[in-house]
This record gives sequence, C-alpha cells and structure tokens, in this order.
Amino acid sequence: MSRLFLYLPLALFALLAAWFAVGLRHDPSRIPSVLIDKPLPEFSLPAIEGHDNALSSENIVGEVALVNVFASWCVPCAIEHPQLMKIAAEEDLLITGINWKERPGDGAAWLRRLGDPYNYIGDDADGRVAIDFGVTGAPETFVVGHDGRIRYKQVGPITEQIWTEDIKPVVDQLRKEAEK
Amino acid sequence: MKAVSLQFLIVLMLAALLNMAAFAVEPDEVLDDPALEARAIEISRNLRCVVCQSQSIDDSNAPLAKDMRVIVRERLTAGDSDAEVYAFLVDRYGDYVLLKPPVQQNTVLLWAAPALVLLAACIGAAFFLMRMKRADEEAGDTAGDNAKPGL
Amino acid sequence: MIAELGNFALIVALMAALWQAVFPLMGAVRRDRALAAGSANSALAQLALIAFAFGCLTIAYAQSDFSVANVVQNSHSAKPFVYKLTGVWGNHEGSMLLWVLILAVFGAAVAMTRAGSLKVVTLAAQGAIAAAFIAFILFTSNPFERVLPAASDGMDLNPLLQDPGLIIHPPFLYLGYVGYSVTFAYAIAGLIRGRIDAEWARAVRPFALAAWVFLTIGIAIGSWWAYYELGWGGFWAWDPVENASFMPWLAGTAFLHSVRVVEKRGALKVWTVLLAILAFSLSLVGTFLVRSGILTSVHAFAVDPERGMFILAILALAIGGALTLFALRAGALRAEGAFQPASREGALIVNNVLLVTMTATVFIGTFYPLFIDVLTGERLTVGAPYFNAVFAPLTLLLLFAMAPGAVLAWKKGRLGAAFRQAAPAAGAAAVAMIIALWMTWPKSAAAAFAAGLAVWAGGGALIELARRVDLFSSPKRSLARFAGLPRSFIGMTIAHVGMAVVIIGAMGAGVWRTETVRLMNIGDVISAGGYEATLKSVDEVQGPNFISETATFDISRNGRQLDSFAAERRYYPVRQMQTTEAAIRTTFFGDFYLSVGERQTEAGWAVKAWYNPLVLWLWLGSGLLALGGVVAALPAAQRKPVQSPAAEGAPA
Repeated sequence: MSRLFLYLPLALFALLAAWFAVGLRHDPSRIPSVLIDKPLPEFSLPAIEGHDNALSSENIVGEVALVNVFASWCVPCAIEHPQLMKIAAEEDLLITGINWKERPGDGAAWLRRLGDPYNYIGDDADGRVAIDFGVTGAPETFVVGHDGRIRYKQVGPITEQIWTEDIKPVVDQLRKEAEK
Repeated sequence: MKAVSLQFLIVLMLAALLNMAAFAVEPDEVLDDPALEARAIEISRNLRCVVCQSQSIDDSNAPLAKDMRVIVRERLTAGDSDAEVYAFLVDRYGDYVLLKPPVQQNTVLLWAAPALVLLAACIGAAFFLMRMKRADEEAGDTAGDNAKPGL
Repeated sequence: MIAELGNFALIVALMAALWQAVFPLMGAVRRDRALAAGSANSALAQLALIAFAFGCLTIAYAQSDFSVANVVQNSHSAKPFVYKLTGVWGNHEGSMLLWVLILAVFGAAVAMTRAGSLKVVTLAAQGAIAAAFIAFILFTSNPFERVLPAASDGMDLNPLLQDPGLIIHPPFLYLGYVGYSVTFAYAIAGLIRGRIDAEWARAVRPFALAAWVFLTIGIAIGSWWAYYELGWGGFWAWDPVENASFMPWLAGTAFLHSVRVVEKRGALKVWTVLLAILAFSLSLVGTFLVRSGILTSVHAFAVDPERGMFILAILALAIGGALTLFALRAGALRAEGAFQPASREGALIVNNVLLVTMTATVFIGTFYPLFIDVLTGERLTVGAPYFNAVFAPLTLLLLFAMAPGAVLAWKKGRLGAAFRQAAPAAGAAAVAMIIALWMTWPKSAAAAFAAGLAVWAGGGALIELARRVDLFSSPKRSLARFAGLPRSFIGMTIAHVGMAVVIIGAMGAGVWRTETVRLMNIGDVISAGGYEATLKSVDEVQGPNFISETATFDISRNGRQLDSFAAERRYYPVRQMQTTEAAIRTTFFGDFYLSVGERQTEAGWAVKAWYNPLVLWLWLGSGLLALGGVVAALPAAQRKPVQSPAAEGAPA
C-alpha cells in the first residue's frame, strides 16, 4: 500500500506534463467574447468630424454586418486597413466602424489618407461603447447576423487568410440564414 | 530574418503593455463622496486590467483601465450596489475581468484546493507521527535529548 | 569572430557535460577509478568553457557588435556602458547562458568537495542537466546568431531593465534556482546509492542553504525593484513569474526544516528526498513558465512554442526520471530513529505541512486558469485578491506554530511546557497588537493581529536563544555559552526573527498604507502620513538614451522643513517606452513615496502620494532571513570534545 503511494508524485507529474503539452497550444492572450450569440448592445454614436454617417445599433440590426473597432493610433489597424478596403469593394456587406478613443479629426484624416471602407462610422471618443462590446484593444471586429445577434469576434487585424478562412464562411452562413 | 521580425513584433507588443504600467487613478476621476470613492477603490482592486498582466484597474495606467475606473464610479454614483457593478463588467468581459474568481462550478476546485491539500497533509502527518510515536515507545527510550535546560 | 568562438566553446561545453553525465558513472560501476575521477575535471572544464562563451557574448555587447542578432535586439550604441554589459542577461538567450554558467559554477563547487560515495553520481546528474540546457541554448536560443547584413544600430534594452536593481536580480534568482540542482542531484545520488542518512543530510544542507539564501535575496531585490520602479508602491503582485520564484522558495524552506529531522533522527527520509526533488522541479517549472509563454506575463521573455516544447521535454526527462527513481527506490529507505509527536521533530513536520500547503496553493492558483482553459475553454483570472485571501490564514497558522516549534525539545518535549516557556512572547505579541491597533485604527484589525502573531513567532525564537545562553545569569557566562552555540541554531533564530520582520513590513506596506492623489501646479502641496511635498519645478532633462521630465519637490514633516527630492517620468525614444522613477524618502518607520503622472491640460500634473509604513522592514527582514541562512551554512564551530552531540542545534 505505502509502496503505491511512492508512485503518486510520478503519476501527478505525468498528468501535469500532459496538460502542459496541451496548454502550449493554447493562446494565453485569447479572451473569448461573452457576447457571442447575444444581441448587439444598444448604442448611438455621433459621426466623426467631416462625416455625416453616424452609427447607432439601429443601423446594424436587420442586416448582416461587420462592426470594426479602429483608431488612427493603432498600428495593426493600418495593417488591416487594405483588407477592409478590399472587402468593401468586393462584397455587398454592411461595414460599420467604431472610431475608438480618438482625438477629434484624427480618425477622419486617417481615413482620407487610407480610404474609407465604412458605411457608417461612430465616434467613440470616451470609449464607453467599446466597453459595452467588451473590447480589449484595436482592431477588433464583430460579425452581426440579420437578427441583431453577435455571431463572431475577431481580435487583431483581419488578414486575407483570416478573412477567407474564418470570417467569410460565417458571413456566408449568416446571409443564408437571412434569406430563409 | 523572419524570426527576428516576429520577435520584434512581440517586443513591440510587450512594450505597448509595459508602457501602461505606472500611474493609475487620476485626480479627475476621484469622487467627492469619500465613502463612495472608498468603495470604488475597493472594487477597482478586484477588477483586472484586461490588457495588462496581473494588474488591477486601480494599479494600471492603461487607457482601458481608466475607462473602466470611470465606469465603476459612474455606476456607483448612479446607485448601483457593489454586486451590480461587478455584474455590469462581467456581462461585457466575462469572469476573466475578476481578479478574485467567484465561487461557482468551474472554480470550486480552486477555492477548495488549499483546504483539501491542508487536510491531506495533516492526515499524512498524523499517520507518520503516530508511527514514530509507536516506534519510539517500542524502542523504550523516551528520554528527551535536551529536555534539561542545565545540560 | 568573437561570436563564433563563443558558439564553439558552448559546443565543446556540451560535449564535456555529456561526458560528465555518462563515463564517470560507468567508471564507478566498473570500479575504474581513473574513469570515475574524471567527472570533477570535466565539471571544471565545463565551467571554464561556459565562462569563456559568456565572456565572448559580453565582449560583443561591450563593443556594440550589431552583426550579432542578440546585441541588435537588446542593445543600443547610446546605452550607458554598464547597461550594455548587464544587457547580456536582460533577454532570453543571454539569460539562459547565465543560467548554464551558474549551473557550471555549482557543478564546479560540487567537484571541489571531498570525494565521497555520492560525488560521482551527483556530478553525473548535474552533467545531464547541464547538457540538456546547453543543448536548449544551441538548438533553440543561440545568442551568437549573426545578422547579415549587420544592423546600423540596436533596438535598445527594455528601459524597465535599465536599472541597478535589475542588474543583480536575475543572477541571484538563477543562483537560487540553479542551486537547487545540487540538492536535486544529491537526491538522485542518495536514491541510487540507497543512502539518505545523516551524512547525506550534512553534505546537501550547505548547498540547499546557499540556494535558499540566493533565492531569498533574488526575490527581495525583485520586489524592491517593483516597489520603486513600477511607480505604484506595490511590492508583490502575485504575478505568475513572481509565483514561479516563490514556489521553489517555499519548497526549499520546507526542505531546510525536514532535512534537520534526517540529520538528527534518521527519520522522514522519503519525504525529505521528495522535497529535494520538488524544490528543483519547481525551479524548472518556473523556467518553463517564464520562457514558454504558457501564461503571459509582464516579465515573460519572448514567446516561442518550440522553446516551450524543448523545455517541457527537459522537464519530462529530469523530473519524470527523478520521480521514477523515487518510486522505485524510496521504499527501501528505513527510518533509524523515532520521536514523540510533541517534539522539535514534530514541530518541523507541522512546518512542512503548512509550507507544502502554501506551495500547492501558489501552484494551483497560478496554473488554474490554464487548467480551466484546457478543460473547457473558459477564461478565468486568479489574481492577488485570491492569493491574499487564501494565504492569510495559512501564514497566520505558520506564525502561530513558530514559537512553540522553536522552544520544543528534540525527540520528546512537552507542549504545555513549550507554551509556558513562550509565554513572554505572548505578552509582547499582545502589546504589539494593541499598539498596531491604536496606530492604524480603523484600518484592518486582522493586520494588527498578524503583526502580533509575528512578534509571537520571532519572540519564541529569541526566548529559546535566551534560555540557551542562560541570559539572566551573568553576561560573561551568557557570552561564553553564545560562542558555543551551534551555527545552525543561531541561523534559525536570526531567520525566524527575519520572518517576523518581513510579515510586519508586509502589513505596513500592504495594509496600513495611505494614499492621496491630486492635480498639482508649481507651488501646490500634497500630503500623506504627516509629510507635505511642495512642487518646486518641473524640468525637461536629457539623459543618455532617454528624455526625462523631472519634478522636484520640497518636503517637510509636521511643519519642519526637510530636504527635497525628485520624481521623474522618462521617455526612451528607441523603444518608445515610458518609465516612472518615483521619489521616495525612506525612514525606518515608513516611506513617503511620490509618483508623477501626465500633465493634464492647464490644471497641472497628476501627482499621487503614499505613506507606506514599515516598508523598509520588508527588505531588512529579507536581509535577516538571508543572514540566518548564511550563518547556518557556515562550517560548525570547533566543538569541545566533551559536549554531547545531542546538545546540537535547531533547524535553520
């Protein structure tokens, strides 16, 4: 009996090592959104400087849409931007932007320089709406179904690969659901 | 070279994180009502700065932490209870935002673990001590080694 | 050329380590003395080679050789020279090289000990560990890699690491971590030889004490650094990486106590050898945790799953191997002596019960989020409030047990008598508690209780000292008796008092602190803890590789003008990072601590002031802990032959 006890540390360690090995494949910075399958938060944001297409939740509900959180001070947003432009050109998809914690005018200037892929843009200067979305950084993108529920969340820039492999299938699926 | 550029990116990200170390609560956030402010600080110490590591929003200088501190104070001023303030943030960020996880199904083990380990260690120690006591009494030599102060 | 030489030296060191792990062991088995004796030489050669490689990397840094990738990523031509040198270990690759260098130093230290039955096997185990980690460096983390074409300048060292505290923090920490490799190797050797006895305990104890002292100092410096550099006056955040250093410390502390039972009574062998394995295993797990990125952390080095797998493989071999050996061989160990539950030995077991529970608690708390993530994909956070909540009662129990533990007699004591003997400490504790309550009301009464218990714990150790030296006889007699006391007993007394001082400091800095925050313009006043600081000026100052905004304050206390001090915010353009340099006025009774934030429009600068009572006691107490360890590790005093061995001392 007491001999068996001597194997206990080894057994515990074996479990631990296996669990570490699995854990290594997990991304520790991943924070799953608690908002998946929940209705879009209700909000209403003013337009950014020089634009008149202000964004509120009512603009989104009823359509399949992307809600993209961006800012001119965010380096990865600039990396993501060409992909958003491409999606806007190629897809018939509602693309909305939340301009997060931006000084007045900066977001508009940034869009003038890089192009504007958004149908609606809301100015979230104090970051309140971003918190309603559980945003932890920019860029983040939410895919919303026609029923107004959030179905997918992308943390970090949308690349070509992420778009075709992860996001577009969700969008296509949601469109199919919408047609029914 | 690819490895180097990847590392550089990580360094950048890390730098962004560390940039946010330091200042925390700013004077313009402080509530006039000291009792309310004390509650706000206590709550803030239990909320994780979600973009930092192991820092509460009370300690962190990250802009998002500041936004969350402001929200905590807004909710309190609006008359929310402490539990309601926590719930407000958990609804948006999940249990991840709580530095002290609530006792629930997936944390039972976490909260019970120290007591269970202590119990197991006590039982093990008790068995061992009893065995030693028996062995000692069988040996018949029960005089303490340095029991006498004068020795 | 320098980098290639270093690389080559490291490859040869790998071969020396492999040789050391295999051939002397074969020599021992075949009773070939010449082959067996080779292990000491190969340990020394390994040290020389790794030191040479480390020197090469240091030269590359000193010369700002930007054709070496590691230098490019972590240095800059404008960086102060001393930080160029210390930047060698301010990154993953270089710090791994320091790690194996320290491993080689300990290997050489074992090689210099007297030849004994354990030595060859111990060195073989050390060689195997060294080989694994040198291979890790060569295959996944080579600091000598070149970049072509050479970069024109470097990316600078993380400014948080450009600090005197962080020059010495990692070396001490590694000395501690790696020091336990010797304890571990001795455990392997003892298991293989079937000899875990008083001789084994005496051989291993100095190394365990050395590792423990280094780890204590390393942790203390790390927490001191966090206190003055991170700008919010905290000294311990229960960050995963801090926990990674705390777990081997706790397990090592448990080992130092249990090994006394082995030495004294020839009992508790199985458990003690398991603790020896555990202490180093937790060091390895810590290394894994910091360098695999399995839990992100502000302190973590660059994340790389390939590295993680490599270290995990080393873990599996080293820990898995040792525990297999343990399972097969520990059953053959037999207790030689016995004792009553109410005895010093019993108290040491109580100590072990609590310290092991603490170790497990830190471990579970640190890894629980990963556990849940792997199991269900849910993300949780286990932060400081959890650890404080579960650690407080365990610490109180430990403090409570320390006083009777220190006065109980070996083999057979009486609990009632022990408590009676410790009674004066209870009186002192009550007084301390009342004073603390009175001074800090209405802050936490639990903290006052903890401080009182700390006085009880430290007092217990001092009472036993007073009894041993017969304090109330005559000074001459007491002094003579003091000189005759075993070093281990004196060390224990110092360390227990140190522990008490640390606890009181933690209550002061953690619970009794007060803070104020306000916007300040030139001439405005902020106050905390009776201090007042007047903002005199804010200047922009150009540093070597940073720009500083320096705010100078005049300080006064209770109306009396004292000196002035300055708080800074530094901007490091290369890394685009900001750091804060807090202004701190330290006294024995408390720190006045100021930190300056951003200028907020015309209203002025955001300034936060703390009064941190007794925070100095944290480092003083840590110093006492380390001193106690050093004293206990010193070679025993020349004993008079008449003295019975039974009068020997207490645990370290």
